[in-house]
Amino acid sequence: MAQSAPSAALPVSRLIEAFNKLPGIGPKSAQRLTFYLLRAPQEEAQTLAQAILEMKEKIILCSVCQNITDSDPCAICDDGQRDHTKICIVEEPLDILALERTGSYKGLYHVLHGVISPMDGIGPDELKVRELLARLKSPGEVQEVIMATNPNLEGEATAMYLTRLITPLGIRVTRLARGLPVGADLEYADDVTLTRALEGRQEV
Amino acid sequence: MTIPKVYKTTGIVLRQRRLGEADKILSLFTPNLGKLDAVAKGVRRPRSKLGGHVEPLTYTSFMLARGRELDIVTQAQTIEVFPTLREDLERTGRALYAAELVDRFTPERQESYQVFRLFLETLRRLATEERLDITLRFFEMRLLGYSGYQPQTEECVICGATLKPVTNGWSAESGGVLCPACASNAPMSRPLSVNALKMMRLFQKGDFVAVARVRTEPSLEAELERHLREYILYVLEREVRSTRFLETLRRVGPPAPAKLRDSTTGGSAL
Repeated sequence: MAQSAPSAALPVSRLIEAFNKLPGIGPKSAQRLTFYLLRAPQEEAQTLAQAILEMKEKIILCSVCQNITDSDPCAICDDGQRDHTKICIVEEPLDILALERTGSYKGLYHVLHGVISPMDGIGPDELKVRELLARLKSPGEVQEVIMATNPNLEGEATAMYLTRLITPLGIRVTRLARGLPVGADLEYADDVTLTRALEGRQEV
Repeated sequence: MTIPKVYKTTGIVLRQRRLGEADKILSLFTPNLGKLDAVAKGVRRPRSKLGGHVEPLTYTSFMLARGRELDIVTQAQTIEVFPTLREDLERTGRALYAAELVDRFTPERQESYQVFRLFLETLRRLATEERLDITLRFFEMRLLGYSGYQPQTEECVICGATLKPVTNGWSAESGGVLCPACASNAPMSRPLSVNALKMMRLFQKGDFVAVARVRTEPSLEAELERHLREYILYVLEREVRSTRFLETLRRVGPPAPAKLRDSTTGGSAL
């Protein structure tokens, strides 16, 4: 299916193919991006190419929290202002961005880089679980681990599994609350969400 | 195609795959249409109307619209959610294993009503029963039978002799039980205890109530698990991936007593 305009010169069709491989980019968008760059000034193409290469060369995983970073330890782990007694466990680096955007969490993170998915053959060994346990077992000040995996079957399974491993260490384990999202409609809510929302109701 | 543009069906969600920005492809197992894939649009957004209704291991009523390649979920309303399957890792792991087997054993869009009934009943049992492993063994044996791979347990597969209550042989390769004489000539045969043979026959002929009434030693349960797993591996010619997770759970051991706390803090942590 990856046939690009056959009449285009080779460097052009090569770039079209490269764009086509990106998620969410179909053959038409790939052509549009390529022809945009073809007409764009030299510097613009240079900046883009450089940015891609630099990203690939400089980005590493933080040795502490496994987040993507260009310095080790990453800016969050290195920040003395943050609360080093709390670790929030997330599935992907993008989840950190979402949590940081809220500005309401000041602790540290740990990125699993995935989630337990038995049917896909992804178990704890394929995730950054060993790194997490090493972090929790080393004498430190961690008092609370917050499970912020997604509230779906696999995220819940991962949270339950980690809870099993962490509770014996005497560290408090909490889970993000589950309930109704802002702007939602009760009538469309599923039973599990509604039950959890009722369980977690609060005094107003 | 006799199926109209928009149609209703119930189905159990076997698994989900991510698609694009916010969509998912659901693999549904329906009573009348067999296994089919359908796209659930926007389910990864928190405000999705479908979200919780299309989670794996839920029994849901669907409205589907025929799409060019894949059908599209237009409405979904859960019928049964099996909350314990989500809250107890031992149950989650086993239910996912059962779902994977259904997925592997059933062809696309081919009615398999018996397997559907079996799977739904198995999920109900896995959600409530205490003896999860016997539930799974019963499921495995019945699934093999309904799919046309019933192991032979009355006569020796090779010589046809009626089996005696002694240690016989079990051979996935031959398709069932071997008498001691034939077993000694079959290199792939494994010893099958009298009790294991009785249980296998009960799995095939009895109903679940009869099976649940029998007391089984851990060693017998382990033997049954070994034999059936080997048989399934032979039929599928591929590893069943979820078994690895079940083994991980076994290695980690049961949850610490503090486990109760985490289900209650769900509310109080707010």
